[in-house]
Amino acid sequence: MFLAILKRLLMLIPVLIGITLISFLLLQIMPGDPASRAMGSRASAEDLQAMRELWGLDKPIWVQYFYFLRDCVTGSFGVSIFHKQPIITLVADRLPYTLAIVLYSTVIALVIALPFAILAAANRGRFLDVAIRQIFVVLIALPPFWLCYVLILWLALNLGMFPTGGVGTGFFENLYRLFLPSLVVGLSTAALIQQSLRAALIDAMKADYVDTARAKGLRGYEVFLRHILPNSLISTISIIGVRVSWIIGGTVVVEKIFSVPGLGSLLIDSIVSRDLPVIRGLTVFFAILVVTVNLIADICYALADPRIRLE
Amino acid sequence: MRVLRNLLRTVSGSVGLIMLIITIASTVLTPFLSPYDPFALDFANAMQPPSAAHWFGTDNFGRDIFTRVMAGAVYDMRLALICVFGPMAIGVLIGLVAGYLGGRIDAALMRLTDIVWAFPFYVLVLAIVGVLGPSETNLYIAFFLVNWIGYARIIRGETLLISRLEFIEATRVLRFGKLRVTLRHILPNAITPALVYSMSDVVLTVQAVAAMSFFGLGVQPPAPEWGLLIVESIDYMRDAPWMTVFPGLAIVWIGIAFALLGEGLSTALKPKG
Repeated sequence: MFLAILKRLLMLIPVLIGITLISFLLLQIMPGDPASRAMGSRASAEDLQAMRELWGLDKPIWVQYFYFLRDCVTGSFGVSIFHKQPIITLVADRLPYTLAIVLYSTVIALVIALPFAILAAANRGRFLDVAIRQIFVVLIALPPFWLCYVLILWLALNLGMFPTGGVGTGFFENLYRLFLPSLVVGLSTAALIQQSLRAALIDAMKADYVDTARAKGLRGYEVFLRHILPNSLISTISIIGVRVSWIIGGTVVVEKIFSVPGLGSLLIDSIVSRDLPVIRGLTVFFAILVVTVNLIADICYALADPRIRLE
Repeated sequence: MRVLRNLLRTVSGSVGLIMLIITIASTVLTPFLSPYDPFALDFANAMQPPSAAHWFGTDNFGRDIFTRVMAGAVYDMRLALICVFGPMAIGVLIGLVAGYLGGRIDAALMRLTDIVWAFPFYVLVLAIVGVLGPSETNLYIAFFLVNWIGYARIIRGETLLISRLEFIEATRVLRFGKLRVTLRHILPNAITPALVYSMSDVVLTVQAVAAMSFFGLGVQPPAPEWGLLIVESIDYMRDAPWMTVFPGLAIVWIGIAFALLGEGLSTALKPKG
């Protein structure tokens, strides 16, 4: 197991290098001179020259890439023009909020998806199954940025149940304040999980071990709780792993709208203030986040199901 | 035609198609039938709630929201369809090439898609538009750079799968050229899952292009694009919630239509037996 994880980690190295390369090339597609784009039209010639030297823009392109790679490996990810701080410091302040929304929304998604998946699987092909599927079609069709405002309007402004945004201090206050943003991300995730969980439940119900358990005289709910449900949930882990890129992407929009000071807000603020090193550093960091969560999901999957081997 | 007939036999397919036809018809007809101009200001009628005269109410400038939403449909539908089917064409081509040539080119292309796959979709599109600068053209560039990946992966996987089937073996016995086999026998079969996927892709892309305009990175004002209608309504949300709600419902409507079409297509395109 340990060796397998080590092997997976080694296999990640080319992927990580590829990620830095793509993020690096991202800034190369920009039309015109990056220094004058970043500093605006009023910058003096000396300032522009200083900027070019600072970023190494006067060097050949492969040297520039090497500088960027060095920044990523040493962990700074570059320096922000706007905040005048290493990007990793900015990321460290904001990462907890983004991770909190990712986790929170996944829990919400499971809480919503699980009962509907069980109901749909138990009534497969009948009216309830079809009705549930249509509910989740509508859920997928809700645009997250609009849903944020509908929830703010309804639950925050009209009913006063939740704040319109921002974060607080302490676990329980943030559990309350981050509920609406996590709900928006969780609803779109729930739709994905429900479909696959329903399919997994139906597969598990047909499995031989279920017949065996029944033959041994276990009651229906015992078979369900001890055999069908755990086996179906394992496949859900891998679905969450595959979809984590989508979940993390979804946090960007809700963070900005609910003024949560996470990585997504930082990305959009940096785009507005044209803080190019931050945009580049953040794309690398987001991709690393996705790759890491994918790896964790794979390991959990292998631990939960002894038939699966990490290769 | 056979596909259309099969599609109409499914409930979700027919409902989705009817919703789409209603959308297209009202988008085309509204400029001729609506008594209102989507851009003309009419302060005497500002922020009127929905009524028989103004189905979706009016905005802070007294403009009829129904007329504006219908005028906006042109923007959102154009953006979404081009941003899905343009990259789809590229992805299908790349997937076919990878599956057809195999070997090192295939391995390199698949490594590339693996790496791009690691970036969250919204992050990559936001970053590309952020670097290029906000405009509709740059929005197209961003989606074309990112959206082909899914199709390339699907087509490549299907190509490998179908190549092992008996009827492809048979073409080898008949000494058909590899190119002919790929285009005439593999592609028509491999395209099905990509087509089904493209329908759910439209659902998410309509939301994404509207979100980009919402953040000021896509279509620019004064276009009545849906994301812009929503962002312009935020300051008035409390007093005139219909300004926020109806453009969003338009996105939901289109989303449901394409989601149902996708469901119908996946049944209609399923081979018999």
